[in-house]
Amino acid sequence: MWKRFRSNMGAMIGVVLLISVIVIALIAPLIFSDGPWQMVQRPFLAPFAVDGLPLGTDTLGRNVAAQLAYGARVSLLVGLVSTVVALLIGVPLGALAGFYGGYVDEGAMRFTEFFQTIPNFALAIVLVAIFEPTLTSITIAIAIVSWPPVARLVRAEVMSVRTREFVDAARLAGLSKPRILIQQVLPNTVSPIIVMASLMVATAILLESSLSFLGLGDPNSMSWGYMIGAARTVIRTSWWLSFFPGIAIVITVLALNLIGEGLNDAFNPHLSRKGKA
Amino acid sequence: MTIFAVVVSRLSKAILTLLAIAILNFFLIHAAPGDPAVVLAGEAGAADEQMIEQLRERFGLDQPLYVQLGKYVAGIVQLDLGYSFRQGAPVAELIADRLPATLLLTLTAFVVSLVLGIAFGVAAAARVGKPSDTVLTTMALLFYATPLYWLALMAVLVFSVWFGWLPGFGYETVGANYTGLERVLDIGSHLILPALTLGLFFTAVYMRMARASMLEVSQLDFVKTAKAKGLSDAVIRRRHILRNAILPVVTLAGLQAGQLVGGAVLTETVFAWPGIGRLMFESLAARDYNTILGVFLVSAAMVILFNIVTDIVYRIVDPRIGARS
Repeated sequence: MWKRFRSNMGAMIGVVLLISVIVIALIAPLIFSDGPWQMVQRPFLAPFAVDGLPLGTDTLGRNVAAQLAYGARVSLLVGLVSTVVALLIGVPLGALAGFYGGYVDEGAMRFTEFFQTIPNFALAIVLVAIFEPTLTSITIAIAIVSWPPVARLVRAEVMSVRTREFVDAARLAGLSKPRILIQQVLPNTVSPIIVMASLMVATAILLESSLSFLGLGDPNSMSWGYMIGAARTVIRTSWWLSFFPGIAIVITVLALNLIGEGLNDAFNPHLSRKGKA
Repeated sequence: MTIFAVVVSRLSKAILTLLAIAILNFFLIHAAPGDPAVVLAGEAGAADEQMIEQLRERFGLDQPLYVQLGKYVAGIVQLDLGYSFRQGAPVAELIADRLPATLLLTLTAFVVSLVLGIAFGVAAAARVGKPSDTVLTTMALLFYATPLYWLALMAVLVFSVWFGWLPGFGYETVGANYTGLERVLDIGSHLILPALTLGLFFTAVYMRMARASMLEVSQLDFVKTAKAKGLSDAVIRRRHILRNAILPVVTLAGLQAGQLVGGAVLTETVFAWPGIGRLMFESLAARDYNTILGVFLVSAAMVILFNIVTDIVYRIVDPRIGARS
């Protein structure tokens, strides 16, 4: 499997890009010890205009390169944690629905459908606006709007695994139902969940940046969406202030999508040859 | 099921969903930190004690929670979405004023992205593995990773600021007072950039789906039969594969309507497009919760209505759907 993943050029480009972003996020405090909020020069300096400020300064004279590096921390953190939280909601719900069927399934699916009908970005805006924008509220809001597809996927997987012979064998061996679900069924649904999770991190990063762009970011942490939102009004004179953070988002999201697709092809080799999009 | 029965069952389900959202809204106001009356008044009302007293009385905030809930839901059923103290007008009125602009933008973006997405997807599938397929799929991958609002800003920068080809701001030329065809053309030119930037992300989504669906259908037996009959590739593609491949794409596109409405908040913000998305953005800074929740409810209603319409259209276009359920 790893071999198939490695031979996928797109996926490897994704890995390299993602590792670079992670490294930048990790070492940000080492290279930019002043942090992203410190005023270092006069405002609106163009890229390369002054040594040591390769991407120039923003509207308040802060180092754009430092802001980008710190922004990577927020994007990755929110993307990762919100996906984990979404999995913690979606996996148990989908597993119970698929495994027990009947009323449990009916109830769980109505609940999931309800959340799927609501326009998810609008719901995220409402949640963050009402509970005040902090990293925690943003992360939870993104998780709340992202779990329904997980529940549906896990439900479908569990329903198909449930009918396999080894599950019958486990039942005959006298294992309890919860134990069969956790020890026998769920481990067999892991690979599609991993694929979906990597794509969800990408979507979560886009969501977080969109919220910050609208002014719903955590006021205490520098994020790419905030940078673009803050530079929006000066786009005529200082376009680079909105340009670079956007490129950073595209690179990170693209990397995660490439990795997700590579994993998908590696887990399902018979599908990948058909030239699946 | 007859179409009529489908409409009735869908509409009753839709009303239940909207009621559930109204109840959710109610609990969100109460879950928000601080006094619900202050929350409802928003920043504009926070300073005015009298206004808050009125709100307390109107919503019966001293009464038990279920009485308050009943009052709130009863209000919404009568299309009373509350009052925006910030804008000095009922929320329902504010939304009704802005709704046409949002409908124009989202429907245009939907049609454009569906047509472009299917066209590019079919083109890529026909040349699978060739350089033009690689170029198209790479483009789709890129647009799929691009934040909508950033693309919109860059479009304003390039086409409006640098080249000056298209207006990048507003709904029509302010003070021009065009009428008739001139006005239509004026609005149309203002619509191009917002609709395209909102549509591009979805074009990428639909293109990937259309391509995958075309490739999947082309593996099926009836395509081999058509080939064995000696039909040309172009005829097989157009008459046999496309017709079958397009339905799942349109179905999924209908399901994505919710994302389109969410995207409109961002697009309208960038282009100062006077729709309900822009209204929501303006209300965010003012913490005008009544308006925020009102827009939320109306956009959910829009999405539900849109899903019902697409569902009915498929049942007419593809009788198999009705037979199956």
